[in-house]
Amino acid sequence: MSNETMIAATGENQVLDIEKIRNDFPVLQRMVKGHPLVYLDNAATSQKPAAVIDALVHYYTHLNANVHRGIHTLAEEATAAFEATRDVVRSFINAAQREEIIYTKGTTEGLNLVAYTWGRKHLREGDEVIISGMEHHSNIVPWQVVCEEKNAVLKVIPITDKGELDMEVFHQLLSERTKIVSVVHVSNALGTINPVKAIIDAAHAKGAVVLIDGAQSSMHLDIDVQDLDCDFFALSAHKMLGPTGAGILYGKSSLLEEMPVFLGGGEMIKEVTFEKTTYNELPYKFEAGTPNIADFVAFKPAIEYINKLGKEKIRAHEDALLSYATEKIKETEGVKIIGEAEQKASVLSFVIDGVHPQDIGILLDNKGIAVRTGHHCAEPLMSRFCIPGTIRASFAVYNTLAEIDLFAEALKKAIKILR
Amino acid sequence: MTTKTIQEIEAEIVDEFSLFDSWDDKYEYIIDLGKRLPPLDEVFKKEENKVKGCQSTVWLVADYQDGKIIYKAESDAIIVKGLISMLIRVLSGHTPDEILNADMDFINKIGMTSHLAQTRSNGLRAMVKQMKHYALAFKSLRFNA
Repeated sequence: MSNETMIAATGENQVLDIEKIRNDFPVLQRMVKGHPLVYLDNAATSQKPAAVIDALVHYYTHLNANVHRGIHTLAEEATAAFEATRDVVRSFINAAQREEIIYTKGTTEGLNLVAYTWGRKHLREGDEVIISGMEHHSNIVPWQVVCEEKNAVLKVIPITDKGELDMEVFHQLLSERTKIVSVVHVSNALGTINPVKAIIDAAHAKGAVVLIDGAQSSMHLDIDVQDLDCDFFALSAHKMLGPTGAGILYGKSSLLEEMPVFLGGGEMIKEVTFEKTTYNELPYKFEAGTPNIADFVAFKPAIEYINKLGKEKIRAHEDALLSYATEKIKETEGVKIIGEAEQKASVLSFVIDGVHPQDIGILLDNKGIAVRTGHHCAEPLMSRFCIPGTIRASFAVYNTLAEIDLFAEALKKAIKILR
Repeated sequence: MTTKTIQEIEAEIVDEFSLFDSWDDKYEYIIDLGKRLPPLDEVFKKEENKVKGCQSTVWLVADYQDGKIIYKAESDAIIVKGLISMLIRVLSGHTPDEILNADMDFINKIGMTSHLAQTRSNGLRAMVKQMKHYALAFKSLRFNA
């Protein structure tokens, strides 16, 4: 790609050196089916910079020990590295205290934790839980389980044709019966950025708490949980350049303190007798068992990498990629974009008249281009648009306009062969 | 009705695929097969005829005529239709025993299993499994008759 286009892609005075960034991601150097990899499945998981991979290797080579327990040197060093990530995450999302940062396996576990602890304690018969029509299955199923158990009612904010939340209906759904609102910040299937601040304020006015699914947003948007005033916020490390199997649940300490425990075991206890167990303090109360130490240690360099580039610059580059790709795809005959919200982040979902998404996925893969095809774990959303699934290209900071050209060209050829 | 054995047809397909230089050509051929696969009558497109384990929707039905099984199938995705077309070419018109004994190794030999992503190659296996289930069902019917 020429310097001119690179500057265009990042906006004036905000130039990121994309080629330099690409060199930090070893997997981007590989070939797939005889072609250089074009990785456009970033909404599923992001690739990892060498700093993250090195941290994993360094941990197992030099530090490996169980955390919090031992008095020996390795245990102390491993604990320090493991806990250092908590401070970096606290600052990354601007939580008030490090104790509000709970380590989880990922966003899914964070959402389940809130449903099964806060939900089980607070929901009563006839109470209402509000989710939206664009939730990932992980923010639907736990609420269905808990609502059924408690005879509570699950309400769903409908989606407009453009792929935005129908806020008018949301305000009508909201009432004194509403106990919790659990919504996605950025839709994994459509890219829509939801007005979560307005949702949180309105829910609080009715006395409800709010959980934000930040799996897609945490890499792309500035997250300030105090400014948002959300009660819970869940994210996954692997969608933000970090390792898989590590995630964060943020919760306001006042809520976390009074919530029952989730999993029982080691680490989460203060004292155990057969008559009664008392529980450890936050955040350890929710962190039973030996945690995923190495991956949390390696999550820190991922966040530091994002901080070093700067979210504003990342966002500017991704926005440029998204609008360039959107224009390119629109030129293609028979393409219908699914999700045309005013505010979008990094996801381009579309269908093609008379062509099955899976066929496109196979033919693009044959050219080394990785996209996602299918329902994106959001079947109710697909039903809303009367489609079985979409083709989804999702972008990250290391993608280039030249890659989008390759994608658009391969897409045109695939359609021609398939028609 | 075919007089070739399953092994002979498998060998034919392996030969045909050896002529292709690239996967581009292989896919174009498979897509072409998919386009030419006769559509399945709408009455057969119901839940009970769906093959489980496929990402796209696949309907498969089988008929038993003069000791031989005739398969008909369709999918909403063209590449899958092309793959089905090859499976039908290999297995349709043979006896339940012949079908049950077929190793279907041509799928490996033409490189399909290594080229398709795991999830899609599972779908292909699911189709073969379903075809063999029909063979088993017709075989036990024959014994019970």
